[in-house]
Amino acid sequence: MIHPIPPGTRDVLPDEMRELRKLKAALIEVFEARGYGEVATPAIEYDEVMSRADGPTRSSYRFFDESGELLTLRSDMTVPIARLVATRFAAGEPPFRFSYLANGYRPVRPQRGQMREFVQAGVELIGASAEDGAVEVIEVLEEALDAAGLGRAVIGLGDADLYRQLLEELGVEGEARDSILASLATHDLVALEQKLLDAGIGDEQAKTCARLTQLRGGREVLDEARGLGGAAVERATTSLSQTYDELQRRGAADRVQIDLGLLRDLDYYSGAILEVYDPALGYVLGGGGRYDGLMKQFGLDLSAAGFALYLDRVHTAQLEEARRG
Amino acid sequence: MADGPLKLAVPRGALLGETLDILDAVGVDTTEPRGDSRSLIFETPQMTLVTMRPSDVPTYVESGAADVGITGKDVLLEQSDRPVYELLDLGFGRCTMVLAARTGNDRLAEAQRRLGMLRIATKYPRIAERYFEQTGRQVERVEVKGSVELAPLVGLGDGIVDLVATGRTLEENELEVREEIVVCTARFVANRVAHKLRAAEIDELTEKLREASR
Repeated sequence: MIHPIPPGTRDVLPDEMRELRKLKAALIEVFEARGYGEVATPAIEYDEVMSRADGPTRSSYRFFDESGELLTLRSDMTVPIARLVATRFAAGEPPFRFSYLANGYRPVRPQRGQMREFVQAGVELIGASAEDGAVEVIEVLEEALDAAGLGRAVIGLGDADLYRQLLEELGVEGEARDSILASLATHDLVALEQKLLDAGIGDEQAKTCARLTQLRGGREVLDEARGLGGAAVERATTSLSQTYDELQRRGAADRVQIDLGLLRDLDYYSGAILEVYDPALGYVLGGGGRYDGLMKQFGLDLSAAGFALYLDRVHTAQLEEARRG
Repeated sequence: MADGPLKLAVPRGALLGETLDILDAVGVDTTEPRGDSRSLIFETPQMTLVTMRPSDVPTYVESGAADVGITGKDVLLEQSDRPVYELLDLGFGRCTMVLAARTGNDRLAEAQRRLGMLRIATKYPRIAERYFEQTGRQVERVEVKGSVELAPLVGLGDGIVDLVATGRTLEENELEVREEIVVCTARFVANRVAHKLRAAEIDELTEKLREASR
């Protein structure tokens, strides 16, 4: 007799569970050794609290409890930890470091093999200075990838504000700007170039913007980007260059790829953004970055940074890397 | 995925000829795929060509089973929930997605006026749904897999949404274009991870294709 479970959820049986347990233990060991104490928060929160991060992070799973309160299933751990810090550590001395292994919930499109319940492993660093925060988080991420046996994994490092500021500089506003950013987030370059032209910024500027999104690699891409000019580019490249220099000083820049085309679709990022890739897997393993604005929503003027890895994808990549031998 | 030669998903069917032509133009040896071999995979000295239905290209590229691919914009629009990077408009395979109905017949307008609802047969349910939503009309979509021109002739639906190249099939079935929805051409797409980890190879190929498609 088959008793179905909802699409996008799954059972884990002992063989897989043993491997996942090892992977989780390895990750938590790295996090704890770097001073990121593990926390747990409830899977359900008040919708009013979770929706402070607004926009696309808003969970699709909302429901009323027995007294009519609107509750929500968390879609990631960043917002719950922001809530936790603001509530329980407001009087404490920053920086605060926390790690987690937790389930998150997101809507799925049918028949695409997407998971509506998934496990994330990650860290949050709240209240360190902006540049140091990004650098430290990248270092921890590298150690976590090593602990998972993903020595070939690459971290993409970009700037979340670059295009918002660049478009502002070029005088592109409102719907046109949002539409351009949407094409950039999905990386539809054909539409991007057309929309830039339609925005009336001129052929030359449109080409420059499109070219910028294709710059990824080592330090040389920063020089190339600077050559393309503009105040927004100058600010982003200076900031990226500082982060990269510091990573290099600490011997942690080798697997970092500077990527000026990176734009994560979560609204709360500002400044440095990260994405994680492994050559054995066609899907992004996880991501993160800085999100200074989020803590303000919870009444604390603190800079923040973090990352989250999808545990199942890391596990799949482990398997693929092992197959490669 | 990032090991070995680049894997390119090649669309069989209407786009195949021009796809192989542009591959020739960028220096890929296409002798084998042009032959009468039944193979689906061809190892050329430059890259691995994986041939498949155009509508499968986004699936293979999304998962990284192919690093890059070529397929029609109609396919990408219909499967817009598959995150692949669209790098280049190759310009060939030009078709138009249209709303068509029986020639000289006002059934479409009448359905809109008297029933408030259009019945539309299509192989592109998502494109159709988005188009009618954007133009503020309610429709009942009837999804068919084969010759969609048949549907209005036998009363399955008031009109069709379909891809038209020359318009001859429409004409032969006494159908005419009522509205143009979007022009579709062949696009060069890449897997998200491959685009990052094989940046130099993919950029070089993109540039060559850009030159060749001018």
